[in-house]
Amino acid sequence: MNELLQDYLPLVIFIGVAFVLSIGLLVVPFLVAHKNPDPEKLSAYECGFNAFDDARMQFDVRFYLVAILFIIFDLEVAFLFPWAITFGNLGAFGFWSMMVFLAVLTIGFIYEWRKGALEWD
Amino acid sequence: MTAAFPFPAIVPAVPELMLAIGGVILLMVGAFRGDRVAPVINGLAIALLILVAITVLYLPPGTLTTFGGSFVVDDFARFLKVVALLSSAVAIAMSTDYFAAVNHEPFEYPVLIILSTLGMLMLVSANDLIALYLGLELMSLALYVLAAFHRVSARSSEAGLKYFVLGALSSGMYLYGASLVYGFTGTVSFDGIAHATLQTSGIGLIFGLVFIFAGFCFKISAVPFHMWTPDVYEGAPTPVTAFFSAAPKVAGMGMVMRGAIDAFPNVVDQWQQILVFVAIASMALGSFAAIGQRNFKRLMAYSAIAHMGFALVGLAAGTEEGVRGVLVYITIYVTMTLGAFAAITAMRRDGRIVEDVADLAGLARTSPAMAFWLAMLMFSLAGIPPLAGFFAKFYVFLAAIKAGLYTLAVIGVLTSVVGAYYYLAVVKVMYFDEPAKPLEKMAYELKIVLTVAAALNILFFLYPGPLLESAALAAKSLFE
Repeated sequence: MNELLQDYLPLVIFIGVAFVLSIGLLVVPFLVAHKNPDPEKLSAYECGFNAFDDARMQFDVRFYLVAILFIIFDLEVAFLFPWAITFGNLGAFGFWSMMVFLAVLTIGFIYEWRKGALEWD
Repeated sequence: MTAAFPFPAIVPAVPELMLAIGGVILLMVGAFRGDRVAPVINGLAIALLILVAITVLYLPPGTLTTFGGSFVVDDFARFLKVVALLSSAVAIAMSTDYFAAVNHEPFEYPVLIILSTLGMLMLVSANDLIALYLGLELMSLALYVLAAFHRVSARSSEAGLKYFVLGALSSGMYLYGASLVYGFTGTVSFDGIAHATLQTSGIGLIFGLVFIFAGFCFKISAVPFHMWTPDVYEGAPTPVTAFFSAAPKVAGMGMVMRGAIDAFPNVVDQWQQILVFVAIASMALGSFAAIGQRNFKRLMAYSAIAHMGFALVGLAAGTEEGVRGVLVYITIYVTMTLGAFAAITAMRRDGRIVEDVADLAGLARTSPAMAFWLAMLMFSLAGIPPLAGFFAKFYVFLAAIKAGLYTLAVIGVLTSVVGAYYYLAVVKVMYFDEPAKPLEKMAYELKIVLTVAAALNILFFLYPGPLLESAALAAKSLFE
C-alpha cells in the first residue's frame, strides 16, 4: 500500500509547487506592482479601439458545432501519437484496435457530412 | 518479437460486435438514403436485436472471460442481456406509431437505441471499474440524445438537458469513487478489489464505495438521486420514456448487483446499510409522491422510483436468493411497464397527444379491451395476487426476511399498500368515471404489446418455472 502511495509522491510535490506558484503569481502583483490607474488603462481594450458593443452577443450555433467536430479529430491525433511511438511493441492487436477506432471516427464523419453539418450557408 | 498484447478471445464478445457493426451499418444506410427509409431501418433494428439475443443464448456455456479479464459472460450476464435486448426491440416497435403521428420519423431513433443497448450489454458484462464506466457512458450518452429527441419541443429539450447535466454529475461521482477505490486497493478489477478488501477496509475505501453507489443510484433513479426522473419521463417523447423505463433499468440493476456482489463481497455490512436506506427512501417517496400526480407519465416515473426501491430490497439481502428475486422482479417489471406505456403511447384524441390520467375517463365503455388490459397491468404493478407483480414482490421480500431484514420487509409491504392507492385510482377513473370523448383507435403494434404484456402478467402464476429457473441459474453464477 505504502509503495503504491510512494509512486504518487512526485504528483503531490507537483501539485504543491503548482499551487504555491499560482497563488504567488496572483498575490505578488498586489504587493509590488506600480499602481497608477487612469481612464484609458481601465477601459476595455479591443485592438486599439474602444469596445464597439457588449461581448456577450449571440453568435451562430454552428461555431459550436465546428468546435466540437474539431475536438473529435484533435483527440484522434492525441491518441495517434503515443500509438505510433509504441507501435513496435503493440503487435497485431494494437494495430487493429487503432484501425477500428479510426473506422468508427470515419463513419461518424461520413454521417455528419451526409447530414450537412459541414455546410455553412 | 512477441506482442505485448496478444489477440484476445473474440467469441464472448460476439453479440456486442454484431450489435456494434449492425448499428453502424444501419447508420450508414440511413445517412445515405435519408429519413424515408426509417421504417425499413426500424424493422432491421428489431431483427438485429432479436438475432443478437439468440446469439447470446447460443454462446458456449459456462463463464467466459476475455479482454484481460475485464469482460465476463456468465449466466447472470446472459439473462440480463436477453431481457435488455428484447425490451429494446419492443421499445423500437412501439415508436413507429408515435413518430408517424408527429410527422417526424427519423432513422436515428433505432440506431441510438441500438448503441444504447450495446452500452447496456457491456455494462452487465463489465468486470472492472473502467469497463463498467465505458458501458455506462455508452448507454447514457445515447439516452441523453433520446430524451431530447423531439427537439422542436421545449419540454423535450429541457428533459434532455436536465438528464445530461445530472447524468454527467453522477458519472463524475462514480469516477471519483472509482479513483478512491483504485487508490486504496491498487486495482480496478472486481476480483482484485474483492481480494484486497479481504484483510483491510479503511475509511477511504468506504468513501469510494459510497460515491460509486451514489453514481449507481442515479442511473437506476433511486432516492435520493431520483430528481431527474419525473421531469425526464414527462418531457421525453412517450416511446422514449417507455424505453427509459425498461432496458436501462435492467442494465442498471445488473450493474449494481455485479458491483455489490463481485467487487465488494467483503464489505457487505457497509453497502447493505446504503442499500437499505436507499430502498426504504425510494419505496416511500415513490409511493407517496405519486398520489398527487395528474400526468400519467409522471405517475409512472414515481412508480418506477418505488419499483426500483422494491427491487433493491432483494439486493440488500445480499444473498443468492435475493439476487434471484431482483432478477425475477426486474423482468416482470419490464413487462408491466412496457405494457402500460403501450397504452400511454396510444392515448390520442382528435389527433392530439393527451397524457393525463383524467383523459382515460370511462375508457371501459369507449374501448373495453384496452381498459381491461391496462387495469390488469395496474393491478400487477400494485402487486395484487395472482398477477405477476405479486410474485415479483413476494420473492424479494422473502429474501429480505430470510436475511433477517424484517423492518425493511415490513416497510416494503406497507409502502406497496400506499402505492396500490394510485394504481387503483387509475382503474377507478377508467371504470367508474363518466366517459370523456373516446380516444383514437390503438395502433395494432401497441395493441399487441399491451395485450401480450397483460396476458403474461395474468398467466405467470400458471407457468412460472422457466423464469424462476433461469433467474436462479443466473444468480448462482454471480456468486461463483
